[in-house]
Amino acid sequence: MSVAPAEIDRPSGQDVVEPDVPWVVIVWNDPINLMSYVTWVFQKLFGYSRDKATKLMLDVHHKGKAVVSNGPKERAESDVARLHAHGLWATMQKDR
Amino acid sequence: MRFVPRVVRARDGRFLLELPREERDVLRTLPAQLRELLAEEGDPALRRLFPPAYADDPEREADFREMVRDDLVEAKLAAIATMEATIDAERLTEEELLAWLGALNDLRLVLGTRLDVSEETGFGDFEGDAREGVAALYWYLGALEEDVVEALAGRERA
Repeated sequence: MSVAPAEIDRPSGQDVVEPDVPWVVIVWNDPINLMSYVTWVFQKLFGYSRDKATKLMLDVHHKGKAVVSNGPKERAESDVARLHAHGLWATMQKDR
Repeated sequence: MRFVPRVVRARDGRFLLELPREERDVLRTLPAQLRELLAEEGDPALRRLFPPAYADDPEREADFREMVRDDLVEAKLAAIATMEATIDAERLTEEELLAWLGALNDLRLVLGTRLDVSEETGFGDFEGDAREGVAALYWYLGALEEDVVEALAGRERA
């Protein structure tokens, strides 16, 4: 490890102009939330059909994660916050 | 295995809560315990209630946390208060049942974290263990939550 020179200003997040890449919201598998509950949350929060919500839930369950929504940063943060409010393990990252 | 769901959607849009006395007596102690735990902030059992949004970006994560934390805690406390106030109710409005669901799910996240459950863990793993009582509560709450979700997602049956 090294010590960073003190006189150099680190860019703060706001100063950096970011390319217009959408964000993806990912829900991760966890051993606690019920499968029926996760399906219901996807339907309720995103208005997905029961079939689509079930498919996403099964992707989370079998593949360990699934992208459940995408969009600009503010929209993704709002989705993550709503998923957290429902106890789901959601994160967001730039779509690559 | 049970054949009678504890929660049933009624024709008036409300939900019948068919819980025996002994189950309500177990449930009635839980909202206050969850409220106390939420006040502890640093308790590791709360980890799953406040997951990170930005797993690899501490700076953005700190901003996000600051933006949402108060609302998140407030919503949890409101759900706890509703469950507490309606613990002996025989009928719940949908809004009240949603509050129960939120509090039940938070309780399961706390207990499941404490028990360190995996997808392979079953109640049998805790038999004879000092944590058997906590495990029994965890699996009971799971069964109750399953009934709540079924009632919310399904058609009316009463």
